Amino acid sequence: MVKDLSVELCELQLKNPVVPASGTFGFGLELADEMDLNVLGGISLKGSTREARYGNPTPRIAEASCGMLNAVGLQNPGIDVLVNEKVPALRKIYSGAIIANISGFSVEEYRECCAKADACPGIDIIEVNISCPNVHGGGLAFGTSAQAAAQVTATVREVCHNKPVFIKLSPNVTDIVEIARACEDAGADGLTLVNTFLGMRIDIARRKPVLANTTGGFSGAAIFPIALRMVYQVAHACHIPVMGCGGVTSARDVVEMMMAGATAVQVGAENLRNPFACPEIIGQLPSVMEELHIDSLKEIIGTV
Amino acid sequence: MKKQNYTIAQNRLVAADTYKLVLSGPGPVNGEFVHLDIPGYYLRRPFSVCDSCEGSLTLLYKTVGEGTKALAKLPEGTSLSVLTGLGKGFDAKACKAGALLVGGGLGAAPLYLLAKELKAQGKRVTAVMGFNKADEIVLREEFEALCDTFALATLDGSVGTKGFVTDALKALQLEYDYFYTCGPMVMMKAVCGLLEGPGEASLEERMGCGAGFCYGCSLQTTQGPRRVCKDGPVFKMEDLIW
Repeated sequence: MVKDLSVELCELQLKNPVVPASGTFGFGLELADEMDLNVLGGISLKGSTREARYGNPTPRIAEASCGMLNAVGLQNPGIDVLVNEKVPALRKIYSGAIIANISGFSVEEYRECCAKADACPGIDIIEVNISCPNVHGGGLAFGTSAQAAAQVTATVREVCHNKPVFIKLSPNVTDIVEIARACEDAGADGLTLVNTFLGMRIDIARRKPVLANTTGGFSGAAIFPIALRMVYQVAHACHIPVMGCGGVTSARDVVEMMMAGATAVQVGAENLRNPFACPEIIGQLPSVMEELHIDSLKEIIGTV
Repeated sequence: MKKQNYTIAQNRLVAADTYKLVLSGPGPVNGEFVHLDIPGYYLRRPFSVCDSCEGSLTLLYKTVGEGTKALAKLPEGTSLSVLTGLGKGFDAKACKAGALLVGGGLGAAPLYLLAKELKAQGKRVTAVMGFNKADEIVLREEFEALCDTFALATLDGSVGTKGFVTDALKALQLEYDYFYTCGPMVMMKAVCGLLEGPGEASLEERMGCGAGFCYGCSLQTTQGPRRVCKDGPVFKMEDLIW
């Protein structure tokens, strides 16, 4: 029997639930010559801010057992380049869901950038990043307080008339359900979770941090059980769809995330180990479904 | 970019802490470097291509960290996942008639492949390589056989000019219209400061994806931010901010 991989996310049809996570797939265009992008359910683009940013000094990358740390620091060409150049170029070659990931250093910046993203015809979903651990005075500061998260959500909700708004949550909190509920109550259409865990490595020979930024976001296979637990808790506490993210490396992980309650599943650090991770995972899904007697992926969402 | 499995045909010590890794598999490969998956380590490791021909790929590496130490222990016959076709390499065509190649340590590895290409184009090649000490010297016979002029510098003076590669450069009567350099950043900075251009340098940085989409290895250049893995690793000297 032909397996149905499609899912519905805020009335958008995705041909499958697999979406490369923001920051791990550039603007999609970087990989256009390397694979058929159209196999992907969606693409979450690199996080964008009002102004162009160079990001943090290097080294920005460190390794860990079963994972990695990054402190890229939101390098991006700015929201205007995103909506005027990157998205139109990607839209020409890609028919799946384009997810614009927006970051900011003030509520006003989030408002301005989201308004521009909302007016951009090529964008399908706006993902508001309130959880970047690698910039100072922004990002994470909004994602670790329910009140601040709600304020950002309500503000961007006001200016986003055309597109669903997902809030991307940080796992660096005591109670992620409290933040998730605050975002839902403030009008979020969906939630993406989780972003990276704040971490650090030290070069013991040099007696200095490995990352120039000292700390970075930890991601990769090691975080999968924690991300899964958070997706499970949030999906069961909220009524809006969840894109599960964190340590997904295989089709089996995708199924597990969906059983925990995710409607779509983002793949992050694994793309850096294997640029073909997403198409490979999508290719494996039918046989895993066959083995588990699943005809349609929609059927398994939140079944555990 | 291609992801393919290669088999270790040879993995042996050729100089102090330095190994020659010959991989059998599809070749010759395009690109300046390959991204190697070392079993048990999360991120791939980038290595410059030292040589590549039909059915094989040769790399030189130094055991500087845990990953390369683990790589050194892998026996012949081990299968490795390799991303090939990465990076913008040296522009051999930029040289009209005479090239000067300046390497430091394992910077010699990609310069060897370049020297072969330049010679195939019928150009005159002068190569000057610097090492810390005699037991670290690699590719000496290969460069000697290939180049019109070849000189060595060692920090301890055990072979060639005593001192840095720049000391060897000052001692030579140099005739070139284009230079190429690869080695430690401090060395390349000194080389670019000393030599008259035009020329280009191959940079090194901690990488994530190695293929230009994670923005982990960014570099500020006079042309704006560039990715070492994709826009480089070779950059024109005038684009570099030291």
